[in-house]
Amino acid sequence: MAIKSLEDLRKIKNESQLQTKARKNNDTQVIVGMGTCGIAAGAREVMAAVLEELSKRGLNNVAVLQTGCIGMCQKEPLLDIVRPGEDRVTYGPVYPADVPRIIADHLVNGIIVEDLVVAKIPNKE
Amino acid sequence: MALVRAHILICTGTGCTASGAKDVLAKFEQELKAKKLWDEVSVVETGCHGFCEAGPLVIIYPEGTFYTRVKVEDVAEIVDEHILKGRVVSRLLFKEPMTSQKVPNYSDIAFYKKQHRLVLGNCGHINPDSIEEYIGAEGYEGLAKAVLTMTPEQVVEEMKKTGLRGRGGGGFPTGMKWMFCAKSPGPKKYVICNADEGDPGAFMDRSLLEGDPHAILEGMAICAYAIGADEGYIYCRAEYPLAIKRLKQAITQAEEAGLLGKNIFGKDFSFTLHIKEGAGAFVCGEETALMASIEGGRGMPRPRPPFPAVKGLWDKPTNINNVETFANVPYIFRVGAEEYAKLGTEKSKGTKVFALTGKINNTGLAEVPMGISMREIIFDIGGGIMDGKKFKAVQIGGPSGGCIPEQLLDTPVDYDSLIAAGAMMGSGGLVVMDEGTCMVDVAKFFLNFTQSESCGKCTPCREGTKRMLEMLIDITEGRGKEGDIEKLERLAKSIKAGALCALGQTAPNPVLSTLRYFRDEYEAHIYEKRCPANVCTAFIGYKITDKCVGCGLCKTVCPVDAISGEPKGKHTIDPEKCIKCGACMVKCPFKAIIRG
Repeated sequence: MAIKSLEDLRKIKNESQLQTKARKNNDTQVIVGMGTCGIAAGAREVMAAVLEELSKRGLNNVAVLQTGCIGMCQKEPLLDIVRPGEDRVTYGPVYPADVPRIIADHLVNGIIVEDLVVAKIPNKE
Repeated sequence: MALVRAHILICTGTGCTASGAKDVLAKFEQELKAKKLWDEVSVVETGCHGFCEAGPLVIIYPEGTFYTRVKVEDVAEIVDEHILKGRVVSRLLFKEPMTSQKVPNYSDIAFYKKQHRLVLGNCGHINPDSIEEYIGAEGYEGLAKAVLTMTPEQVVEEMKKTGLRGRGGGGFPTGMKWMFCAKSPGPKKYVICNADEGDPGAFMDRSLLEGDPHAILEGMAICAYAIGADEGYIYCRAEYPLAIKRLKQAITQAEEAGLLGKNIFGKDFSFTLHIKEGAGAFVCGEETALMASIEGGRGMPRPRPPFPAVKGLWDKPTNINNVETFANVPYIFRVGAEEYAKLGTEKSKGTKVFALTGKINNTGLAEVPMGISMREIIFDIGGGIMDGKKFKAVQIGGPSGGCIPEQLLDTPVDYDSLIAAGAMMGSGGLVVMDEGTCMVDVAKFFLNFTQSESCGKCTPCREGTKRMLEMLIDITEGRGKEGDIEKLERLAKSIKAGALCALGQTAPNPVLSTLRYFRDEYEAHIYEKRCPANVCTAFIGYKITDKCVGCGLCKTVCPVDAISGEPKGKHTIDPEKCIKCGACMVKCPFKAIIRG
């Protein structure tokens, strides 16, 4: 790694920022229900699928968070998508096979996957 | 590389390491691997956050949750609850000392909220062992800008425009210093970073070196380009092993990346850096003594002029700046001098890092814009005085500085206001004292420090500080005489006028400033033979009051058997035998023993 120009420096900067992106506040979020009920229903596998899909698509500007039991245990594993300025959408039950579709349609393209929706929480802004 | 959803930042600065951060780090690795979370979470060692009081510190992103005093036993719970299930472990959150409120988020804590972290911006947020993370935080862009788009003269001009003044103590304009050295003729010049931080209570340079070593290298390289130097030294005290380790690592990485060494950015500019470990003498923080030490001689100052800019290391023109000064430089060249000069007051630009220590709730580093009041630093950022006691004074500038009493708490903190108040910025160590502090004792403490650190080369400092210390010892031990105060003042003035270097010239400051604001305490010691704060043991005794229930606990801890009394009856202390150690007062569960 020999840096000879501003471009060389910027290239390393951009690569490095991708790696540390998770330390910034991101408005786009994927939230997986990780209560005991969620874990029992397979939330860990869903989480793994989410990370794999995000990594495949190089989506580093998404915060992956967990939440506890929201009292809708029969619909677990639950997965929420938050896009800035839009309603928060809760999907469930979500299995690893559904994850690529939710990420491609909703997270990337903004089209809600209606057949898996459990609830929509209106955006307060 | 797989996507990482969470970053666990563990502070492994010297403070947190001392309170067990390395074990916490190892436990995190073990737990994460056991729970099969290792691949989706990244564990990062960081430098000091400047909040050592609450260490070991752990910050978890993306939430930005701030855990304090994390022990090895807590790690499994954090992994199970926070990392696996996304639930905050609230018992480990930071509690505001003034309100007892728990604050989950790093950025919402009052200690950090009032701060303006330019210089410390990276500390605790990047991995200091990774040049990539420093570059990711816009590191080395200032150097690139300077070397690729500016001439050395323009760099010096830019520096003059910032109004930055030396952060090591003197407060000399940095741009001027660079200009003098740049104008000195000669093919060989040196850049030196003074990292011989020796003031009691100051640790901002250590935190910078440990938390953001590349910023110092970048600042030095920009300086080298400006003055035409091709070689530099970092003079770091050997008591900072972690700082030295991280500096060495940083130099190797920067050399591999071509940011140090020959033909930097493909230009005709080369700069190599060495580390010189100092042996821990306070006087080596003085620039001429420091250079003598690098040359292999005994660390003793010499008269100036000639100044180092003309005749410095090995008689070559040399520019010496302090760690914090260099740490400002990369930011300046990233954003430009005008943007930088917006911060601070007319004659003191930018920010200053203060090390808060003493009887204060939030011990740590506070970086604030120049011109903020001392009250804001101590009460808003520092969280006020420990145990709800009353504020008495704050010593600023270490053994070379002076104290600021309560009536001056609202003075703006900048170079000139502090000098007017009889103190000085110094390196920025703040030792906070409460009502239980004896100011004569404080003056004695600092003078004892300078006296034993005096190199002995010049008479005013060698003999003068010794005589002053003897007088202070006499005063605090009940042998003070009429005329002692005047004698102290006269001697102080002679030392200030006659000493060779800044160490000697400033050594009497603690005495002069305590005399200025707390003269009545000196008088009480000398004329009334009493210590108003009940600190000096010669004047105090211990008494047992009627609250005594006769439990006998005091009797068991007294090392000299000075306490007598029947069980369930009131006990008494024999003042002849008592050595005033105070062990009985600490032990008494009924607070029946008082000092006075």
